[in-house]
Amino acid sequence: MAKEKPGKLEVTSFADHHVITQPNPLRKVLLRVPESDLDDPVGRAEKALAGLSGEFKNWMAIEADRLSAAHAAILRSGFTDDAREELFRAAHDIKGDAATFGFPSAGAAAESLCRIIEHAPDLDQVPSDLIRHHINAIQAIVRERTKLDTAATAGVLSRSLRGITDEFLTHANRDRPEHLEAILAPSIIPVE
Amino acid sequence: MYRIDFNKLRFLICDDNPHMRRILRTLLHSFGAREAYESEDGATALEMYTHYVPDIVITDWAMPIFDGLELAQMIRQPDSKGNPYAPIIMLTGHSDKRRVTVARDAGVTEFLAKPISAKGLYQRILNVVANPRPFIKTKTYFGPDRRRNTNNAYIGPERRIGGEMEVMQQPSLLDKARSSV
Repeated sequence: MAKEKPGKLEVTSFADHHVITQPNPLRKVLLRVPESDLDDPVGRAEKALAGLSGEFKNWMAIEADRLSAAHAAILRSGFTDDAREELFRAAHDIKGDAATFGFPSAGAAAESLCRIIEHAPDLDQVPSDLIRHHINAIQAIVRERTKLDTAATAGVLSRSLRGITDEFLTHANRDRPEHLEAILAPSIIPVE
Repeated sequence: MYRIDFNKLRFLICDDNPHMRRILRTLLHSFGAREAYESEDGATALEMYTHYVPDIVITDWAMPIFDGLELAQMIRQPDSKGNPYAPIIMLTGHSDKRRVTVARDAGVTEFLAKPISAKGLYQRILNVVANPRPFIKTKTYFGPDRRRNTNNAYIGPERRIGGEMEVMQQPSLLDKARSSV
């Protein structure tokens, strides 16, 4: 759309690589505006996002139910590839979305669950209570959010789950250095 | 000061989660974008990419069957009939450094870890619009230059070879230690 004509490519060749440059095809969408320009697209977008917030609790409940359904399928049929994948994706979506929806502790608990699924050497050997507690914690955080003392409790709960998970994974991966490195590596997301 | 004229940009959003697609659509429309096409898996996104020729792709990583990483790899085919140069912003719940490296090596232009924010998304879009990087083609890589800046403190061999840049002369750690005494 912005680039009606592709710019001419300029290729500089070296022994083992080529450097390819082209005139910026999106240059036309950059507008020079005076410093006094009051347009605030980020502020506008934040307001629009706040306008959606009335739906977030419902969305979060849908995501938590999806996670519970994935867990129920595993309890019925075990860790098949599809079941494992669905549990991971459901947890991973909550990890990514929950803070936006106003449930950061649910996101932290979901991240802890994702780590188990990614790094446990054998999911059948993971204590079933460890996974179940994560699912129940996420459901509880989502369902009980309206109570006044929930935020603090949810934070304690998710941190506690993460501590137990890390202890379990560190022990279970003591002979798998590549996993151990990933488990112990810091997140790129700053801690709040 | 520069601003982006969003209504001239065409976006392709790829995320299997309908709530995240709704959030992305809301943010892009609020920025001023009018054209944002959506797909819920990588295979459909690839078809839409060829059909709609978007200016910018925003994709999730974890999706069923054909994920965002594979989508990036399919777009970054130097001999494909489509446009292999479009900026790809990977928006993902993955938040470890190793994943950033893997995404970078698949040809992803910008990495944005969830939770999403209006500011974070705007900055990534501004970056790909205002500061496009040259593309590098090697036997094993085709995508935006993975070196975003020059590191004068780099110690080690130059991994890219060719011409007068075949070996980058760097003082050894020992020489550096001696000169600092």
